[in-house]
Amino acid sequence: MKSFTGKTLRWEWREGIIELTLDREPANEIGLAMLGELEKFVSAFGKLVPETSVCIISSARKQGFSAGADLRELYHTAALLSKARRLSGVRNFLKRIHAVMNAIDAAPFVTIAAVHGVCFGGGFELALACDIIVADKMARFAFPELRLGLIPGFGGIPRLKRDLGNAFVRELLLTGRSVNAARAQAVGLVAQLAAEGEAMRIAQATAAQIVKFDAVARAAAKKFIKPVPRAELRREVDLFCKLFTRPAVMAALKKFVEDFGPMPYLP
Amino acid sequence: MRTLEQTTQEVLDLASKHFQVPAGSLAPEDDFFKKLGIDSLQTLEMLSRLENHFGIELPDYEVQGVSDFKTLAERIQSRL
Repeated sequence: MKSFTGKTLRWEWREGIIELTLDREPANEIGLAMLGELEKFVSAFGKLVPETSVCIISSARKQGFSAGADLRELYHTAALLSKARRLSGVRNFLKRIHAVMNAIDAAPFVTIAAVHGVCFGGGFELALACDIIVADKMARFAFPELRLGLIPGFGGIPRLKRDLGNAFVRELLLTGRSVNAARAQAVGLVAQLAAEGEAMRIAQATAAQIVKFDAVARAAAKKFIKPVPRAELRREVDLFCKLFTRPAVMAALKKFVEDFGPMPYLP
Repeated sequence: MRTLEQTTQEVLDLASKHFQVPAGSLAPEDDFFKKLGIDSLQTLEMLSRLENHFGIELPDYEVQGVSDFKTLAERIQSRL
């Protein structure tokens, strides 16, 4: 399927490059709808891979790349379920999103996240599954999960540890703070910094360079340098599920969901 | 080295320009959420602009509970 337009995202293949655009109001929150369409994207890899060198993932939303998991959907769904069914629901969601992230992480073609604005939580984890992050100078990255009594659950910790020094990961995780694109580039998270609004253009220029190279060598090089940390990813899911069962988490989610003030994305 | 007054004025000028409110209509004691009508995502945007402008990092927890320009400027000043 070389092109697709769904409710939360669309993709278009052209001359060896796929452009996957996230487009769900308000800020590309990743819930069941987007998960389903990401699964559709990944299931199309069989047909896309032979003719694809690069996939650029970007956002059409003004607010940014993605604000992360759809916490409102999570809370409202979980609130109606028994503790046991809540946990199995979460575990099932995580199994599905991990399958998507792992497929993107290990895709034989190169993946570039073109980031602007907020790139938080699950959105940050999607960017981390990509090979290269290009960010405009207004981008901000955060793992705010500790604010909810959780840890990142979509594979963020193992992937960030794979790419960067543990000290930076600890600061991000343990303070829940966001960092700007300049800092992200300084620590090696962001490969290229763009002027405001220019991340996509720079990602496209990078893609145009990558398509020149032999596909077999490129895929082999990527597989060699970027192993998927599967055992650690499974441990992350287990720890997330263990934390999720605590009453403090539902209370924190409730507080976030019911906060109509200006502050919910601030610590 | 900027004085606090200079820093405060630069914060007001930046906010005024970015959120397109008339220059001079913002005062140091104003609540920026109410005066600019912004939400937390827009506040993060303002944080990025302030960090880029002043060449500093300002962790978001530093602005926890801060809602006026003067206090925001003080937080910035302490990192210059």
